Amino acid sequence: MNQIKSVSAGYFDGVWKLFASLKLTIALLLSLAATSIVGTLIPQNQELKEYFQAFGPFLFQIFDVLDIFDMYHAWWFQLLLLMLVLNITVCSIDRLSVTWKIIFPKVPKFKASRFINNPNMKELNIHRQPDDLKSKYESVLNRFYSYTSFDRTDDGIMLFAEKGRWTRLGVYAVHLSIILLLVGGLIGSNYGFEGFVNIPEGESADQIRLRNSGKIIPLGFTIRCDDFNITHYRNGAVREWRSSLSILEDGKLVFQKDIIVNDPLRYKGINIFQSSLGELGPETSGAADVHPIKPGDDIILDITSTESGMSYRKTTIIGREVAIPEGLGTFVVTEYRPDAQFRGQVVGEAIVGIHKMDGADPVEILLPLHFPAFDKMRKGQAVFSVAEQTIEKFSPGSTPEMRYYTGLQVTNDPGVWVVYSGFMMIIAGCIITFFMSHQKMCVHIIPKEGGSIVRISGTANKNKPGMWKKVDRIADEISQLT
Amino acid sequence: METTQLVSPYILSAVTFIYALAAVLYIFSWIFKTPVADRWATWAAVTGWAGNTAGIILRWIESYRVLESGHAPFSNLYESLIFFSWTIITLYLILERRTANRVIGAFCTPLAFLALAYASLSPNVSSRIQPLLPALQSNWLIAHVMTCFIGYAAFAIAFGVSLMYLLKSGSGDSEGAMMQKLPAPAVLDDLTHQLVVFGFLFLTIGIITGAVWANSAWGRYWGWDPKETWSLITWLIYAALLHMRLMRGWQGRRIAIMSIVGFMAVLFTYFGVNLLPGMHSYGASG
Ligand code: HEM
Repeated sequence: MNQIKSVSAGYFDGVWKLFASLKLTIALLLSLAATSIVGTLIPQNQELKEYFQAFGPFLFQIFDVLDIFDMYHAWWFQLLLLMLVLNITVCSIDRLSVTWKIIFPKVPKFKASRFINNPNMKELNIHRQPDDLKSKYESVLNRFYSYTSFDRTDDGIMLFAEKGRWTRLGVYAVHLSIILLLVGGLIGSNYGFEGFVNIPEGESADQIRLRNSGKIIPLGFTIRCDDFNITHYRNGAVREWRSSLSILEDGKLVFQKDIIVNDPLRYKGINIFQSSLGELGPETSGAADVHPIKPGDDIILDITSTESGMSYRKTTIIGREVAIPEGLGTFVVTEYRPDAQFRGQVVGEAIVGIHKMDGADPVEILLPLHFPAFDKMRKGQAVFSVAEQTIEKFSPGSTPEMRYYTGLQVTNDPGVWVVYSGFMMIIAGCIITFFMSHQKMCVHIIPKEGGSIVRISGTANKNKPGMWKKVDRIADEISQLT
Repeated sequence: METTQLVSPYILSAVTFIYALAAVLYIFSWIFKTPVADRWATWAAVTGWAGNTAGIILRWIESYRVLESGHAPFSNLYESLIFFSWTIITLYLILERRTANRVIGAFCTPLAFLALAYASLSPNVSSRIQPLLPALQSNWLIAHVMTCFIGYAAFAIAFGVSLMYLLKSGSGDSEGAMMQKLPAPAVLDDLTHQLVVFGFLFLTIGIITGAVWANSAWGRYWGWDPKETWSLITWLIYAALLHMRLMRGWQGRRIAIMSIVGFMAVLFTYFGVNLLPGMHSYGASG
C-alpha cells in the first residue's frame, strides 16, 4: 500500500515538476510559434478537393490525418494550448505557495545587511543629534513610501520604508490573463455560434446559416431589413453600407437600429454585423438596367500566363471552348450566374468556366464580373478575368434602381467578456511587471561627535538605476532640511 | 485626387534623403573619431524627424482637402511606413539623449531610412491618399496601427542594438577603434532587454486593439488569418525571450540572437504576409 502510494506520489511529483518548469514554458511558446506557421502557409478550411488537387493523394492523406487543413482546432494544437494552461497554473501555484508569505508578511521585514553593504550608498554629515533627525526624516520617507518603520541598532537608528510590495503580483496577473483568454476562447467556440443570413430589402429572416457546418438554426426573433443603402466615394469605392434593421418578437417591433460596418446591432447576446451586400438577380428585382449574359452573347476574356506575364484576349460564348497559348490548355464558359456566392459571401454576377490542362484535373473557375482580380487569389498557372467592357455595363453607378440584399454576419459569443477582461488584465499586468517595482529605502543615522552621519541606500526588485536616482532624491531632500 | 497636388510626398521624399545623410554621418562618426560628424549626425536626424512629423501632419490635413472625408494617416502601407520611420527616429533620439552614445545611431537611422525609402521609391507602394473603406472607419484602427508600430520600432532598435552586441562580443579583446566605441556588452544587453520589454507591451496592446477592432467590424476577435497569426508568432517569440532571460545563463549572445529572430518575425508579419494566401484587409499594398 505504502509503496504504491509513494510511487504514485513520486509520479505526481514528477508531473508537477515538469509543469512547474520554465523550460517547458519556453518549449511550449516556441512550439506554438513554430506550428502556427504551418497554418499560414497552407490556407485553412478550404474545400477538401482543392487540397487534394494541390498536394496529391499522398501528402493529402498525411495532412488530413494531422488535421492540417483546420490545424488551429486540431487535437494536437489544442493539446499544446492545454499544456500551456497547465504550465501556467502549476507554475503560478508552485511559486505563489512558496513566496506568498515572503511577499506579504504581517509586518514587513528589512534586512539591515542589504543596506549596510549596498555599493550605491549616499553619505551625508549633519550637525545634529540622531534623535532630532529621526522624526523629520520619518516624515520625508512618509511622503514617498506607504510603509515606514524604524529600528534602534548598536550604532544608531535605522529608518526603513517601502512601497510597491503588491507589484510582485503583476506577473501573476499576466499569467492568469492568458488563462482567461484561452478559457474565453473555449467558451466562445463551444457555446457560441457564427453564422450569416442574407435579407432582401423589405423582407425578414428568423433563422441563420452557420458558417462552419452550414446548418440552419432559428434565432428566436425576426430580423427585418427595412432599408439598405450603399454610398460611394467620388472615385467609386464604397463609402458606407447601411442597413436599417428592425427586430421583431412575436410580430411586435422591439428594437430598431441602422447598422454599418464597425457599428453592429446587439440584441439578447446576439450581434448582427454588416458584412456584405448582394444585388438581387434580374428575375426577382426586375431592374431594367441589368444585362445578363445570355447564351450566344459575346464574352471577352483576359487570360494572363503567370509564368510569362503575357496577357491574351479571347472572345467566346457560353459553351464554346477556347485554346490558351503557351500550352495552358483550354477554357470553356459553362454558365452565367446573376448572384454567385463564394464561400458564403455574395460576389454578385459571375460567369463559371472550366479550365482543362494536360496532366492536371479540370478546375472549375468562378469569375465575378465586379472583381476583375478575383482569380489571382487562386494562384493558378493562368489567371482569368472577364474583360472590362462587360464590367462597365454592371458598375454600381449605372444601375440606380438596383435592389439589394444585405449580408449580415450573426454571432453569439458568451466568452467575449472573459476574453476582454483577459485583455485588460494582461495590459495592466504588463505595465505593473515592467514599470513598477517593490522598493525599499533605508536611512541609517549614526551618532558622531557634534552631529550624525546619515547613510541612505535603497533596493528594488527591478529597475536598479531608477532606485539609485531615488536615493539621490531622498538624500537631496534630507540635506535641505535644517 | 492626384498625387501631383499633394505636397506631403515631396517633403517625405526629402526626409528620406535627410535620413540617408544622417545614417552616413552616424556611420562616419563611428568609423572616424570626429566630434564634428557626431554633432552633424544628430542635427540631421533631428531635422529629418521634424520633416517627418510635418509630413505626417500635412498629409492628415491634405486628406481633408483631397477627399470628401479626411482621415488620420494610418490607413495603408505607405502611411504605415512613414509612421514606422517616425517612431524609429523618435525612440532613437530619446535613447541618444539618455545614453549619450551616438554609435547606436549608426544601426538605427539606416532602418528608418530604409522604411522611408521603400515608401517613397518603391513602385509597389502608392502615396495616393485614398478614402477609407467601411471596415477601416474605426478609431480602433488608429489605436491599433499606432501601438503596433511603436512596438515594431522598439523591436527594430532592439535589433540594431543586438547586432551591436554580437559585433562587440564577437570582436573579443582585439581592441579595434571601431569596436571600442561600441558601448560595453552589458550595457547593450540591458538595452536590448529594455527595448524588448517596451516593444512587448506595445505589441500586446496592438494585438488587443486589433482584436477589438475585428470584433466590432466582423464579429470575431480572432480568426487565425495569416496576419493575425504572424503577429501572435512574433509575440510568442518575444515572450519566450523574456522568459529565457529569467533563466540563468540566458543573457547576452543568446538573447541578442532571439531579438534578431523576433525582428525577422516582425518583418514577416509586416511585409511577408502579403505573399501568403489569405486577405487581411489592411495588408495589401495600396
Ligand atoms: C503566453 C504565455 C506567457 C506570457 C505572455 C508570459 C509573460 C510573462 C512576462 C511578461 C513576464 C515578466 C518578465 C519580466 O519581468 O521581464 C513573465 C515572467 C515569468 N513567467 Fe511568464 N508568460 C507566459 C507563460 C508562462 C508560463 C506557461 C509559465 C510557467 C512556468 C511562466 C512562468 C514565468 C515565471 C516563473 C516568470 C518570472 C516571474 C518572476 O519574475 O518572479 N510564464 N511571464
